Amino acid sequence: MYLIKRKKELNSTVTLMDIYAPEIAKKARAGQFIILRVDDQGERIPLTVADYSPEEGTVTVIFQVVGTSTMKLNAKREGEYIEDFVGPLGRATKVDGFKRVAVVGGGVGCAIAYPVAKALSQNGVEVVSIVGFRSKELIILKDEFERVSNKYIVMTDDGSAGQKGLVTDALGALLEAGESFDEVIVIGPLVMMKFVSLLTKKYSVPTVASMNPIMVDGTGMCGGCRLTVGGKVRFACVDGPEFDAHQVDFDEAIKRGGMYREHEQHSRESCNLFKNN
Amino acid sequence: MADMSLKKHEMAVQPPEIRNKNFDEVALGYTEEQAMAEAKRCLNCKNKPCTTKCPVAIDIPAFIQMVAQGDFEQAYKIISSSSSLPAVCGRVCPQERQCESKCVRAVKGEPVAIGRLERFVADRHNQSCTEDPTIPEPNGYKVAVVGAGPAGLTAAGDLAKKGYAVTVLEALHTAGGVLVYGIPEFRLPKAIVKKEIDSLKKLGVDIRTNMVVGRISSVDELLQEYDAVFIGTGAGLPRFMGIPGESLCGVYSANEFLTRINLMKAYEPNSDTPIIRPRRAAIVGGGNVAMDAARCAKRLGADEVYVIYRRSEQEMPARREEVEHAKEEGIIFKMLTNPVEILEGENKTVRGIRCVSMELGEPDASGRRSPVEIKDSAFDIELDCVIMAIGTSPNPLIRTTTEGLECDKRGCIVTLEDGVTTTKSGVYAGGDAVTGAATVILAMGAGKSAAAAIDKYIKDNK
Repeated sequence: MYLIKRKKELNSTVTLMDIYAPEIAKKARAGQFIILRVDDQGERIPLTVADYSPEEGTVTVIFQVVGTSTMKLNAKREGEYIEDFVGPLGRATKVDGFKRVAVVGGGVGCAIAYPVAKALSQNGVEVVSIVGFRSKELIILKDEFERVSNKYIVMTDDGSAGQKGLVTDALGALLEAGESFDEVIVIGPLVMMKFVSLLTKKYSVPTVASMNPIMVDGTGMCGGCRLTVGGKVRFACVDGPEFDAHQVDFDEAIKRGGMYREHEQHSRESCNLFKNN
Repeated sequence: MADMSLKKHEMAVQPPEIRNKNFDEVALGYTEEQAMAEAKRCLNCKNKPCTTKCPVAIDIPAFIQMVAQGDFEQAYKIISSSSSLPAVCGRVCPQERQCESKCVRAVKGEPVAIGRLERFVADRHNQSCTEDPTIPEPNGYKVAVVGAGPAGLTAAGDLAKKGYAVTVLEALHTAGGVLVYGIPEFRLPKAIVKKEIDSLKKLGVDIRTNMVVGRISSVDELLQEYDAVFIGTGAGLPRFMGIPGESLCGVYSANEFLTRINLMKAYEPNSDTPIIRPRRAAIVGGGNVAMDAARCAKRLGADEVYVIYRRSEQEMPARREEVEHAKEEGIIFKMLTNPVEILEGENKTVRGIRCVSMELGEPDASGRRSPVEIKDSAFDIELDCVIMAIGTSPNPLIRTTTEGLECDKRGCIVTLEDGVTTTKSGVYAGGDAVTGAATVILAMGAGKSAAAAIDKYIKDNK
């Protein structure tokens, strides 16, 4: 059992939790993920490490409430426990050997983009962060990003904060203006990552996408997380989660991501936990 | 006087039309009377040919004599002095290729039902025994076991009995390895696995789940804390065929399909883990895993389930009993058939599979006649789900994070002639991680050898 040491709502559907897991906190690096199970009947769900504190012994996860498992997790309170918490899994992000990197985050993907930006900045890399949200109320980790970024650009769909438009508009403008990046790291919805990738390909900027496909074990055993990258089958859990975005078959990943959509809808309607409330 | 009937005593099973709709155990086991009668078919041969084919060398005639006399507890003691998981092996060992293949009774008629008797003895012990094992005197040494599957659990049990402080590190949230994620409930009830694991815990073995060695700690880090390390991480990485359409929604590796069902209990209404419930499914492969996947698909409610295998039924590596059970349950066997493409339906789903017919040619390296494609023989089967059960290879996690641990080009850990001593001092390995995908009993045999080798290594280095 793993203690929820802190719980904080970042916006109406996104929650942050610090989980007490000292051994994982000691080993975790930006870009890696954990798998958790809320209770005995729970599904194994992968969440990328949003932060870690070896001193406090905690690992931070940030999640959006989208289905049964994240609803159940969100129903847990500070001081309560979750059943299983395993990690760190996957390969860590490469955060050194660069001069200037653009970190592009979309929605709750910013939770993953933030530790990457932070690690880059700690390694002396100049960080330009471009984050996109639907509207002002949904913005998360603003102060954190500002602290670790040399430039911080907010885009909103409705223009209620920052500039009105998409992250690709902001990134495209910078690239068009001749700004150079050693690498672009993009983390967010698959559609967003696809279009960022198409954009940077045009400008020949190396781009890394952090993939978050459906997974069971997270150790290479199930193959459920397989993606086509450069025409080859790769497992996000052991070969990733980050891949060369220009090689990823995003259209396939989008379809595979929707494999259980019907099940999710059904289980949300019938989940006893929420019926009783 | 021995019972000279030519056939084994039948074991009760759930009727096929009922069991293919539930996940309860198929085979129901012998009664005391049946077991004693079957035991009387054993001729108690002096040279014990059956024992020579047992990977853990159980004194088979000796335990069978005890069953014949009705001293079931003594029979259990004889088995458990060689095997740490008798209730498991009685159910999942390929007896027809091991002990029973050498039974003298099989020269004329059927062999003695050694597997069924082993199962009976273990089950009877588990039902009647309530006393806890005596914890051996600690010898002051610590051993880490990586992986709580058949190899690791066996090594852990043997080492604990010798007085070692054993810590088992398991990546998943439940101990048991393939016994819990792979083999279905209807073939090996999870309560039995739990009982075996509980008895290890009673021996003082510390089982720590959610520990992915290679990530949370390296083998080198373990060597700083422990006097030796045993690696029993299995062969968990699923293979795909490399044909078009394998990434469509509705294509599973057998590992994923079975893990969702067995470990995550996706077939139970209160489980949060989703699974596709196919209407028409095909399983590609001819091993036990393919049989398990096919029978699970049927139990999830599929109307038609195919097993597609490129050789003939004779070459199928699956345990004979599983093939028979699968057929009785209505699984359709498409032998000498090889898939060439999974056909795409709407929205990246599966609408079918394109296959070619094969014929058997010359024997290949495995000694089996190799399948050759028959020209212009392509045909389609309409499906909504394809499950790939064509084998697995060892997980790269340990290999890529442990310096000095030699592996061959298939990714299997290289060992000395003893089969368990690796190229890294203090590190031993066994089971599928060394051999590639094999059987539960071979992994247990390796776990036993490794425990003996570790004991010798530590005592020699005192």
